[in-house]
Amino acid sequence: MRFMMFMYPQIEEEDWSPTPEAVAAMGRYNEELQKAGMLLALDGLRPPSDGGNVVFDAEGKATITDGPFTETKEVVGGYWLIQARSKEEALEWASRCPDSNCRIEVRRVFEMEDFPQDVQDAYEGP
Amino acid sequence: MSEATRAIEAVWRIESARLVAGLARMTGDVGLAEDLAQDALVAALEKWPGSGVPDNPGAWLMATAKNRAIDRLRREKTYERKREEVARDIGALFAMERSEFEAAADEEIGDDLLALIFTCCHPLLAREARVALTLRLLGGLTTSEIARAFLAPEPTVAQRLVRAKRTLRDAKVPFEVPRGTELEERLPSVLEVIYLVFNEGYAASAGEDWIRADLCEEALRLGRILAELAPREPEVHGLVALMEIQASRGAARRGPDGAPVLLLDQDRGRWDPLLIVRGRRALERAEALPGPLGPYGLQAAIAACHARAIRPEETDWVRIAALYDALAQVAPSPVVELNRAVAVGMAFGPEAGLELLERIEDDPALAKYHLLPSVRGDLLEKAGRPEEAASEFKKAATLATNDREKDLLLRRAEGHG
Repeated sequence: MRFMMFMYPQIEEEDWSPTPEAVAAMGRYNEELQKAGMLLALDGLRPPSDGGNVVFDAEGKATITDGPFTETKEVVGGYWLIQARSKEEALEWASRCPDSNCRIEVRRVFEMEDFPQDVQDAYEGP
Repeated sequence: MSEATRAIEAVWRIESARLVAGLARMTGDVGLAEDLAQDALVAALEKWPGSGVPDNPGAWLMATAKNRAIDRLRREKTYERKREEVARDIGALFAMERSEFEAAADEEIGDDLLALIFTCCHPLLAREARVALTLRLLGGLTTSEIARAFLAPEPTVAQRLVRAKRTLRDAKVPFEVPRGTELEERLPSVLEVIYLVFNEGYAASAGEDWIRADLCEEALRLGRILAELAPREPEVHGLVALMEIQASRGAARRGPDGAPVLLLDQDRGRWDPLLIVRGRRALERAEALPGPLGPYGLQAAIAACHARAIRPEETDWVRIAALYDALAQVAPSPVVELNRAVAVGMAFGPEAGLELLERIEDDPALAKYHLLPSVRGDLLEKAGRPEEAASEFKKAATLATNDREKDLLLRRAEGHG
């Protein structure tokens, strides 16, 4: 099974200036995941101001907004997609993250087999 | 199982291989190493629910296992010879600060793990024993889990494990990573075990114990670990590439009724693009190393050709035929020849494929293999020889063991499907 680990930094964006030591520690952690054969993908995300938001109104019409997103308390700073043998194993890996100024949300990924057959049949793509 | 126990089990599965590997280096005996590691697990199960999981559970388990080792050494005279050696290792480790321990251990841990993989897959052991020992010591699976995964009785697996460990001990197999030509000789045995585990998982059908399907992920994990430990071995990357790409078809390889769907009939939209990308990247690593691709690398390259085609008609059959040609040279087998004939038929026309089939039609290994007449029937049909095709499909139907396949072949014999 696969788990997505979303990392939410618990510091203000302008205070975010990682030291070389912190970056090195994170590099070692990522390497550990890789060496354990668990890591499928990972990325760090640029600040929300480099992206945007799409919201839908009652008629389903999309509106693009580009922030600032004062209503959002937390923003995702990055993610790891890992393969793990249980939820507990994924949580254990998350708890080994060397950066303690963050919250990590661990979510199990839906696999195609989790859906009922008619939903699977309706799916085409990507 | 309580939440605390599950959390401890998760830690165990992360740490156990490294633990066993480190202990095996010190004791020179994987059986003893496993016993000591198990002692440490029992201690953790007693202690952690109350105290919580320690900050560095790996170091805790190692220290505990070593204490048990000292206790055992004091008791057991048989290990007298090893005693000084072990005591020295233990003393050195306890003298170190934790951070130093981690820094010093990093490279060694990698080497120990690799030695453990090679020891579990030692050619002295029968194939089933190698598989069981690998899953036990590297995957951290219990005997009962291995038995369930391989549809074998638990006592059989337990006995297999005991015998395997005894064989290694009696033969005094050194706990080390083979070097040079010995490594080249022993690597195929390791790759075979990993691919066997993968295929066992891939063969699992819906409704079976989930642990069987999990074998695919376990094999992928072992392959990726090996790729980091032995990055200069092209066949390791070749095997990882092959498994990643095959796994990418997981959701497409069976129809709603559970029947297998042939590669060319699969809904390619269900192929997992992430695994395809990972497979291609692993293949690139294999190709970047000196020397031609080996059997796994070539099979991965063939799988990558299929993965690249968005629609089946875009498949580069000329390249696939060339890859099968290369595969037939490095790993000749009648089944490879059969696949080569299919590819050649697709690339250069049915007559060219039929010509290749003539060379293997009397091969005793294929005498009862329904795919031989089935492929011939397909090529004959494409060549505009329907009567001969029908008789081949009928022959194939009598050889097929699967009812669904039998039906399909009989329908083709009547000119449908």
